[in-house]
Amino acid sequence: MIALELRGAGKAYPPPTAVTALADVTLSVATGETVAITGPSGSGKSTLLNLLGTLERPSCGAVFVAGTDTSRLPDRALSGLRAWRIGFVFQDFHLLEHLTVLDNVATGLLYRGVSAGRRRAAALQALERVGLAARRAHRPSQLSGGERQRTAIARAVVGEPDIVLADEPTGNLDSSTGAEIIGLIAGLAGPRTTVLVITHDTTVAAAMAREVRLRDGRVVADTGAT
Amino acid sequence: MRSRLQAVDAAALGALGIQARRVRSALSALGIAVAIAALVAVLGIAASAKADLLAQLGAEGNLLTLAAGQTFSGNAVPLPTTAEAMIRAVPPVGEVTAVANVSGVTVRRSAAVPAINTGGITVLAAQPSLPHTLSATVLRGRFLGGVAQRYPEVALGYSAAQNLGISVLGPTTQVYLGGQYFAVVGILAPVDVAPEIDDAALVSFPVAQSLLGLDSAPSRIYLRADPDQVAAVAAVLPFTASPEQPEAVEVRRPSDVLVARVAAKTAFVGLFLALGAVALLVGGVGIANIMVISVLERRAEIGLRRSLGARSRHVAVQFFLESTALALIGGVLGVALGILATAVAARIGHNPVTIPLYVPFTGLGAAAAVGVLAGVYPAARAARLAPAQALRAIT
Repeated sequence: MIALELRGAGKAYPPPTAVTALADVTLSVATGETVAITGPSGSGKSTLLNLLGTLERPSCGAVFVAGTDTSRLPDRALSGLRAWRIGFVFQDFHLLEHLTVLDNVATGLLYRGVSAGRRRAAALQALERVGLAARRAHRPSQLSGGERQRTAIARAVVGEPDIVLADEPTGNLDSSTGAEIIGLIAGLAGPRTTVLVITHDTTVAAAMAREVRLRDGRVVADTGAT
Repeated sequence: MRSRLQAVDAAALGALGIQARRVRSALSALGIAVAIAALVAVLGIAASAKADLLAQLGAEGNLLTLAAGQTFSGNAVPLPTTAEAMIRAVPPVGEVTAVANVSGVTVRRSAAVPAINTGGITVLAAQPSLPHTLSATVLRGRFLGGVAQRYPEVALGYSAAQNLGISVLGPTTQVYLGGQYFAVVGILAPVDVAPEIDDAALVSFPVAQSLLGLDSAPSRIYLRADPDQVAAVAAVLPFTASPEQPEAVEVRRPSDVLVARVAAKTAFVGLFLALGAVALLVGGVGIANIMVISVLERRAEIGLRRSLGARSRHVAVQFFLESTALALIGGVLGVALGILATAVAARIGHNPVTIPLYVPFTGLGAAAAVGVLAGVYPAARAARLAPAQALRAIT
C-alpha cells in the first residue's frame, strides 16, 4: 500500500520571492516505511514535508495522501486529513506555554471532536509511552529540551495517525538527547504507521530504512528507489 | 474523518486566550466596562430622578389652586369671601385651605433693620390646615396652632427663614412684623407645588385681621380633589368660587410644574447616551486592536492548530469568541459599576434607586455587539493565515 505519493509535484512561490522550492518531484512511500529526507539548507525538504502534510498546496503536479489526491480538496477535507491521519513533530516543539504537558498532548485530539475526558485519558497513555507521565502537570517551560520534544511526539501520536511527519526533530537538541528522540520516532513505525523525518544528521538518517536526498528542489538520491 | 471542534471546546479556547494574557485582557475589558458603566449610569440616574418626580406627580396630581385674577382692564379682582365655603360644598373636593395676602406689611429681623429691606418676603394669613392640604412638612418647631389664633405668632416659609437668617428656633426667636414683634414658632420645608409659600411669613387669619388690618377675602385657595375627577372639579371651580366674575379666577394645577421638570431632567439623556456610545466605540476599537496584535503574536499557535487539524473556520471562531468574551466581561463589570454609580447618585440626590430592567440587558447587549464587531476583522485575519507560513513564525 502507498501511504504518500508525489507525482511531478512542484512548488514555486510567487514574486517578490519568486523561488522554486521544489521542482517536479515524484516519490512514493509505502505504508510502514521509515524515510529520512536529507539535503542542504534550501533544498526544499520543508516544502516537501508541507506538501505531504497538506499544509501547503503544490503549484503543479499532484500529492496523494492515503490514496486521495489532495490538490483539489477543500480546506475542510484537508483539515480532516490532518486531524485524523497525520501527526506533526516540529524542530522548535510548538508547545503551548499556557497549557500543562497533559493538555498540550490532549490538544492533539481537539479537532477530532472528542470529549475532553477521552482526550485527557488518551493523552496520559501517550505520555506513558514517551515516559513523561510524571511530568503531566508541568508547564512546557519547566521541561528540558528533550522532554519538550517527547511531549510534542506524544501529541503527534496521541491519535495514532497513519503518518508521522517530523521536521528536524533533533535540530534543537544535543546529540545524546537527539538519539533518544530518534529512537522514539523510529519505534513509532509499525505495519500501519509511516514515518518521514527531515534531518541534517547522518546518524538520524542511518536510523531510518530509506534515505531521500534533495538538492535544489530535486531528488538526487533515493536508497529505496526501485 | 472530519475535522470537528465541539462548542464547549471552542468556548474553552476563547476563555484560554483571555486567561493566558490577563493584564492585557483586563485592560481592554476595562475600556468596555467604563463605557457600559457610563451608559447604564446615565439611564439609571435619569430614571431614578424621573421616578422621584413621577412619584411626587402622582401625589400632587389632585392639588388645585384658585387665585384672585384680574379683569380685562387689569384691575385686581379679589375672591368673594364666600368662595372657600362654596368650594367645600363641591362633593369631590377634599381638603381646602385658604391664604390671604396681607399687603403693606414687611417682615424684618428687628426694628433696627430699615423698612426698605423686605427681603422679598410676603406676609400671608393662613389656616391651620395649610400643611396638611399641601402635604408640606414642618422642618423646625410647629405650625400655627390655637395660640396663634389670638397671639402674635408666625411660621416662616423655607426661603423666608433663610433670608431672615433663622435656622434654629429658640423660645425667644422673634421677627419684627408690621410694627410689632412676632414669635417664630415654626419653619416649613420647601413646598414644591406651592413655591409662593416658601417666600412667605405666615400668620393666622384672626391675628392678621386684628393686628395687621387684613380685610377678609382670601387671595388664594388650595384644594385637593378626588384624583379621578380633577378635571371636572377644575372646570366648575371658577363658577363655584366667583359666580359673578368666573373669568376673573385663575385655576391652576401645580403638578404641571413637575411635568415640565420631568422633561427638563431627561432632556440631556440623549446627549449623554451619545457620548457613552462614542466611549463604547473607542472601547471596541481597543479590543479590535488588541486582537489584531494577538493574531500577529500567535501566528505560530495558529499554524500549530492548523497542523493538528483545525479548519480555518475553527481558528476564526477561537479569536472571535475571545473578542466577544472580552467585551462581555467588560460589559458585566460595566453594568455593575453603572448600577453602583446610579445608587450613589440616587442617594446623594435623595431619589429612589430605579433601574429599569432593560438597562442592564441593553448594557450587556451593547457590549456583546461591540465584541462581535471588534472580533470580525482579527478573526478573518487569523483564518486567512496560510498554515505553513504561520508555522514559520518565530515563537
